Amino acid sequence: MKAMFIVAAKEFQDGLRNRWVLAITVILAVLAMGIAYFGAAASGGLGFTSLATTLVSLSTLAVFLIPLIALMLAYDAVVGEQEAGTLLLLLTYPISRSALMFGKFFGHGMILAVATLLGFGIAGMVIALGAEGVPLIQLTVGLARLIASSVLLGWVFLAFAYLISVTVTEKARAAGLALGVWFLFVLVFDLVLLALLVGVKQGGDWLPYLMLLNPTDSFRLINLSGFDSTQLESGIAAIAQQGAFHSAWPPLAMLVWVVVPLLLAVRRFHRHTA
Amino acid sequence: MNPVIELQRVTKRHGALVRLAEMDLTIKEGEMLALLGHNGAGKTTIMKLILGLIAPSSGHVDVLGGAPDGPHAERLRRQLGYLPENVTFYEQLTGREVLTYFARLKRADRHQVTVLLERVGLVEAADRRVKTYSKGMRQRLGLAQALLGSPRLLLLDEPTTGLDPAATRDFYQAVKALRDNGCTVLLSSHVLPGIEPYIDRALILGKGRRLALGSLKQLREEAQLPLTFRIHGTLLAMQSQLWKAMSLEPIPINERCVEVNVPAENKMQVLRQLTTMPNIDDIELSPPTLEHLYTHFSTRPASLTLGASA
Repeated sequence: MKAMFIVAAKEFQDGLRNRWVLAITVILAVLAMGIAYFGAAASGGLGFTSLATTLVSLSTLAVFLIPLIALMLAYDAVVGEQEAGTLLLLLTYPISRSALMFGKFFGHGMILAVATLLGFGIAGMVIALGAEGVPLIQLTVGLARLIASSVLLGWVFLAFAYLISVTVTEKARAAGLALGVWFLFVLVFDLVLLALLVGVKQGGDWLPYLMLLNPTDSFRLINLSGFDSTQLESGIAAIAQQGAFHSAWPPLAMLVWVVVPLLLAVRRFHRHTA
Repeated sequence: MNPVIELQRVTKRHGALVRLAEMDLTIKEGEMLALLGHNGAGKTTIMKLILGLIAPSSGHVDVLGGAPDGPHAERLRRQLGYLPENVTFYEQLTGREVLTYFARLKRADRHQVTVLLERVGLVEAADRRVKTYSKGMRQRLGLAQALLGSPRLLLLDEPTTGLDPAATRDFYQAVKALRDNGCTVLLSSHVLPGIEPYIDRALILGKGRRLALGSLKQLREEAQLPLTFRIHGTLLAMQSQLWKAMSLEPIPINERCVEVNVPAENKMQVLRQLTTMPNIDDIELSPPTLEHLYTHFSTRPASLTLGASA
């Protein structure tokens, strides 16, 4: 246990030192404030429009950015140390492979959590102070949900990144695979889903459940449902608007998406020969 | 003394490739043993087996009283230090931070970090990033890392690659000091002259098999290599009857110098005869070095060496 926290602390400190935390915070905060202010630009206006529009736009931003950030943060977690030779060394230390992997997960997980909380938190505060007539309670609730689900989404892709990192033997390949995973889950999956939605004439009760197979769609479901206006803005979320399943399912599906790849990564790591 | 490392008929296969074949090896406490061999001879495989990073395909490995890949591993790993062949430490950290991280993982005393940095001569560079370190400084940082927690067993894989001769000497003197305190040292190296004065025994490997094992003296006896006499004087090459009488073949180096190879058992006899000759100014005697021995054993046909004993 102690060894795990030593590794986690080191990874987190690396994150502070490499300015990962700072960079993620700034990117999220700036983009979030931009979206809040320019959210109505498409309809010819400037300035804060409505809370629902802003939160929906923010979650759309997060769906693209957070997975990318998580994958970039962790894709070389194992293969990078392997290339440097420090992995071989660490494996001769009194620390189990599970502890090493979970330690890295907690370290990277904290980087994402802190940066997301700060980034979206700062943006939220600016909105609360700067915009007029914002319902503060709804803003807080919506933003809290956004932050929590974003962190969860980040952890899902951290787990993917470790799975990639223990599978390959070259850093470059890990980077390529990470991009592939991002592409698949963030873009391709939804396109296929939309194609199915259009193609399947009748039946199709099972379609909403397909969304649980993609952590980014679960993330969308968490953030988009509950806003009436969102049906216009997100074709994907509309699939699940008929109340096909309980609202606890998407977060649970995401948790599964964190745990399963992470455990798979640990299992692979145990068979890994440095 | 108890054996620190014991390999019994250890074989390691990797697919069809045999990395190590029926290896028997016993290393006693406080011994410094060198593993010599070409790339792929099995040096790193032996180290990885001892470290428990890989398991033998057959045979038995015992390190400090237990199998290194079993439940004994956790206790064992606090008692050993390892310096891998190619390691690049976290470049964005300072030397002190790297060492502190490893010290925490090994549950070594924090004070040891400063002591070790001093010992390997990195105090001044301790708070600079590893990125700025020279090859020698990185290697010394690696040694400091291996020494964390006062290990009873030290495994050094090519520790002096890229070090200049002075740095190599400093390095081995530091290792020797540890050995003198009872630490067992296993090292592999290509730089044979560098290690010759420090090792107790050498294991010469070829294609996963033992070609020879023993102290320098034992290896010399087994190899029966001639000594080299370098003789300085006048008109040496001309005196062919003289050389013939001693049944030696002179190799002219220059006008005033020849070299002859003398079988070890004739050494004193030849020396006596040479010293009586008035035209000889100087005689340099060199016994076969580790390098000669290594070349001798590693180029001998394998069939001859299967029965070679320690």
